[in-house]
Amino acid sequence: MLSVKENMIVEFSTTLLDKFSEVVSRYPEGKQKSALLPILHLVQAEYEWLSVDAMEKVATYLSIEPIEVFEVATFYSMYFLQPHGKYTLEVCRTGPCCLVGAEKIMAHIEDKLGVKEGEVTDDGLFSWRGVECLAACGYGPVLQIGPSYTFYEQLTPESVDQLISDLKEKSKSEA
Amino acid sequence: MGRKLLLEHINVPGINTFAVYREKGGYRAVEKALKSMTAEDVVEEVKKSGLRGRGGAGFPTGMKWSFLAKPEGVPRYLVCNGDESEPGTFKDRYLMTYIPHALIEGMIVSSYALGAHTSYIYIRGEMMPQIRIMEKAIEEAKAAGFLGKNILGTGYDLEIYVQPGGGAYICGEETALLESLEGKRGNPRIKPPFPAVAGLYGCPTVVNNVESIAATVPIVNDGGEEYAKIGIERSTGTKLISASGNIAKPGVYEIEMGLPVEEFIFSDEYCGGMANGKRLKAVVAGGSSVPILPANLILKTMKGEPRLMTYESLADGGFVSGTAMGSGGFIVFDEDQCIVRNTYNYTRFYRHESCGQCSPCREGTGWMEKILYKIEHGHGDMSDIDLLWQVQQKIEGNTICPLGDAAAWPVAAAIRHFRDEFEWHILNPEASLQGNYGLAHYADPLVPVTE
Repeated sequence: MLSVKENMIVEFSTTLLDKFSEVVSRYPEGKQKSALLPILHLVQAEYEWLSVDAMEKVATYLSIEPIEVFEVATFYSMYFLQPHGKYTLEVCRTGPCCLVGAEKIMAHIEDKLGVKEGEVTDDGLFSWRGVECLAACGYGPVLQIGPSYTFYEQLTPESVDQLISDLKEKSKSEA
Repeated sequence: MGRKLLLEHINVPGINTFAVYREKGGYRAVEKALKSMTAEDVVEEVKKSGLRGRGGAGFPTGMKWSFLAKPEGVPRYLVCNGDESEPGTFKDRYLMTYIPHALIEGMIVSSYALGAHTSYIYIRGEMMPQIRIMEKAIEEAKAAGFLGKNILGTGYDLEIYVQPGGGAYICGEETALLESLEGKRGNPRIKPPFPAVAGLYGCPTVVNNVESIAATVPIVNDGGEEYAKIGIERSTGTKLISASGNIAKPGVYEIEMGLPVEEFIFSDEYCGGMANGKRLKAVVAGGSSVPILPANLILKTMKGEPRLMTYESLADGGFVSGTAMGSGGFIVFDEDQCIVRNTYNYTRFYRHESCGQCSPCREGTGWMEKILYKIEHGHGDMSDIDLLWQVQQKIEGNTICPLGDAAAWPVAAAIRHFRDEFEWHILNPEASLQGNYGLAHYADPLVPVTE
């Protein structure tokens, strides 16, 4: 699964390092490896994805081997190992959501954004992918957008169009 | 109206805050347990209540607690399983979102019963908003003196931390969850030793589902015997059911154990009947892993008795004509749904989520996915159905953890009850690409469409 196409050299800010040390304090002495998943989430929220350099620095911080970080980052589906769109629409594609039209929503998103699953739009703003059950089956079809993992429920093609145009506006106002 | 123990105050504005929760009688169980009961008393009440694990396995919670080893000088841990990933299940998300203090209160009472001084709530990473909600609830409880050192002056110390997962269904399996909490891949451990002896960091550990832990609150407040009065036989108390699919009112419902399935689907108090005036074709009653049943078998057992929402009644007939309560993920299919496509979808899910440790599961789920893809897309042979049957048979019971079984059961049940639909796909590839098999005889005797 790990296909490294590019790297990104990072330097963790003091703010981020403070967050790391708060996480480490939750576990008994010597069990700092427990902080690995939460720390990878923090790093991803900061840099959008996990570069090899970032993972190696996490390993150094936690006094563990780099392979211990790589094997975790490749195992869990939430970690991005290469750059992706600023807004990645993650649509639930599992059974219950499909009973209420998730497949049509994915086809609509593909059509609307003009990129295939996993690809990034030319402006770098959007990508999308199907993900497995998000535990929101009663509100389907659903999608989520990291790093805050905001939820959008009971999607229709119209609500998806609205969401995409809202995100475009949001990104313009942030620029 | 059924009794509500967990969701009684769910519609009270602000019930997600400490102040309102407390005003409505919240944290009484903590006061009662810490001030007037010993740890053993609490375990005893939970045993008496007959509470069974609400995550899916249905193992008696009190018995699980009593297995916890208590060696001198070794810390013990309570870990709450909030990894909720079983397709069809979204009750724990609901509980944590709207009434987070019910879980915190349950965590304090349960930790006290087990003698744990550090407890973790493991929540799947995708539920980042719920993680924030729980962290806030912990802060509030701590500020009010219900967490931290010397709680309510009783000398009992407890810290609770929230741990995010990384997106992996397998971490709902308790030993995989512990591995993940230790910062590793979620590979289930070989048992024994069970977590009760060697769990988190090799220390005695109990892992309980969110709903099970929350249920200890009414058990402590009113006593185990009172809780056990609700329900039938060994299915006591109330259960949160996540209802999804083609029904008028999908959502989370708290039911008293023993409610007839037919009432649950068609009553306005619960699912409100089928959506869009369609007819009922099939139900997956306890999350994607449990056997799917056609309409006639989910409403009535083979003996012709009404099927009830209890562990025993749902399982009546074994896997030949019954299913299981599982996690309470109740997925309803209308007449337009394709069983082959749905089975393919589930199998793709299990292939994606297999951790890859055991070859029967790693290879078998991939095989099943490919065969089902072939049938669904109009390229199937009759021999594929038998091949599918053989593959699922070789996965079941041959893996370290229950994910293998969970992947095999839906396939077996789909073939067992809907074989003619598979055959129709194979014999009519063109037609199967255009439309669906429909209702056929599955729903005999048909349930009238209620307007």
